[in-house]
Order: sequence, then structure tokens, then C-alpha cells
Amino acid sequence: MSLKNPAGFFSTKLDDALGWARKFSIFQYPFVTACCGMEYMSTAASHYDVDRFGAGFPRFSPRQSDVLFVVGTINHKMAPVLKSIYDQMCEPKWVVAFGVCTCTGGFYDNYATVQGIDTIIPVDIYIPGCPPRPENVLDGLMKLQEKIGKNEQNRTLYDPQSKSVRPAEFQKNYSVAQHLKNIESK
Amino acid sequence: MNALEKVQEKFSDEIIETHAFRGDETVVIRPAALLSVAQFLKDTPGLDFNYLMDLTAVDYLFYAGGRVQKDFRFEVVYHFMSLKNNIRLRLKVAVDEKNPEVETLTGLWASANWYEREVWDMYGIRFKGHPNLKRILMYEEFVGHPLRKDYPFNKRQPLIGPLN
Repeated sequence: MSLKNPAGFFSTKLDDALGWARKFSIFQYPFVTACCGMEYMSTAASHYDVDRFGAGFPRFSPRQSDVLFVVGTINHKMAPVLKSIYDQMCEPKWVVAFGVCTCTGGFYDNYATVQGIDTIIPVDIYIPGCPPRPENVLDGLMKLQEKIGKNEQNRTLYDPQSKSVRPAEFQKNYSVAQHLKNIESK
Repeated sequence: MNALEKVQEKFSDEIIETHAFRGDETVVIRPAALLSVAQFLKDTPGLDFNYLMDLTAVDYLFYAGGRVQKDFRFEVVYHFMSLKNNIRLRLKVAVDEKNPEVETLTGLWASANWYEREVWDMYGIRFKGHPNLKRILMYEEFVGHPLRKDYPFNKRQPLIGPLN
């Protein structure tokens, strides 16, 4: 942005400042469902010390957090709950898929497991591994910080039917309310 | 006289086969005799099987790669234990594919309730007289019974939200 447009200069620099501030004060919501939780705890504890990256403060309310850590296998029964947690978070928000189960379903290619949470909610950073080592997690966290610093957010979902990435709106009806309505109508 | 011999003596006509291996005793019976055998196991002095430890099922479709052909497709397996006498017995009920239904044991052992719901959920075997026979693990919209051997292991169901 050139200096001839002082308003533009100001706003982009403000965005940069906001991004810089946000990336070092990550309030995270750990959605822990499975064994990856152990690696998550290991990353958070003093040896690897995730607080060095300004992400040491888990909030156990989605309304007070801005990064959703999905840690562990998500099955189809849990999926509407995850979606409703995501919907409760305030903008701006980011999602980290922690472990291979959340990335793709992992080796749970079966009737019970969601084949990647990016079919339900937009994912910003994928940390594969079964489970990922803490170094791996910190690497993912730094990539997330980079993304937050640039004010980038993913708004797309993976559509397994068409095998392509689509804007998140195509599954906007997917919610707990809709789920309950489906049950009631039976 | 051990538990196996007592059951054999009383229900010789209803027993398809029995086997015992180092104290693990198994009786396979016809479904029609289930309630009377169960009642006998529970009430007979010297047996007193007061504890239903486990209840599950087996699908013998494609068993041993299809080399072994059974007359029936399913078996419902009951594991009984007598806390009083410290003995165990495994009871199996042969279940036909066309009409997969057996009597419920919820009237005799309350622990049968959730086990039978799980078997219904996973194998589609109905339990006649069960007070609340609905899915326990899968969601209501799920079509089919995932532990049946002819259920494709990676089949995706149209879900409560996204197609996945």
C-alpha cells in the first residue's frame, strides 16, 4: 500500500499489528477425545512448554477462545457436537486438526469414524501423526501463528461426494438443531 | 457332576453340540429352548448362575474363508457365572438368518438389557420381549448393522448432516 493512500496504509498496518498481537496470545479450546490428548498434554507441560508461543492458556469455553484444537478421533455421533462447539466460537477463529484421525480418519476407515473433520468444519492447520510428537505440534503451531499473523482463515470444507474443496456454506444445515429436528420428525 | 453334564442330562434333545476345554464349558442349543435352559441355569441348586457376565453374537457368514458351512448364520453367546459356586458356563444359541430372533433374558438377568440392545445394533438380531429394543451405540438414522460380515467395512452413510 502506497503512502498516497494514508487511510489504506493505516488500515493494513493496523491489521498487521492485530495479527502480530493475536498470534502471540492464542486462547485455545482443546477438544480432546482420544489418545492424542496425551501428546497434547506433553506439549503443554513444562518440557515442551507451549506457553513459549503464547498458547499456554486453554479456555474450556468455546466462547472465550479463538483456536479450536481438535485432538483425537471424531466419530459420527460426536460430529454434531464438534460442529456446535465450532459455531459457538467468536470470529476470528482458527481450527487445528491434531493427529491423523482428525486429518483424514486415519486407519479408522470404518462405519463409525468421520473421515477427516474438514468435512464438517474448516481446518487451518493439519498436524498428522499417530499421535504427532510434541516437536511436530510446535511446528504446526508456528505455522498457525504465521497464518494468524497474516490474518488468513480457511473458509472451505472438503466434500467427499465431489472429492473437491468447496465453500463452507454448502453444509450450513449441518447443526445440532437440525439433527434434533431430524430425530423429532421420525 | 459339573454344570455341563447337568445341562446335558436335562436338555439332551435341545442341545446341538457341547465342548469343554480345560474347564471352559460350552453348550450350543436351539433357540426354542433358550428360556427354559436359562431358567434352569439360574434356579437349579448347585448351579445358581446368578450373574450374566457377557452377551454378544457371532456372524458365521464367510466363516474360515467360506470353507466351513454352518446350518445357521448367527450365534448369540451368553457367558454365565455363579458367584456362589464359582463356576462359569458359556451358552450359545444358534440363530437362523431368515428370522434372526431369540427370546430376551432381561426378565432373568437385568444386565441383559444393554447387551441385547448392542447385539441388535451391531448384528440386527431381535430379542423378543425386550422392554426397549433400540440402538445403543449407533445413531438412530444409521441404516444396517455394521458388524454383520456382509456390511461393507468402509461404507459411508448419508448422515445426520454431511455426506461422509
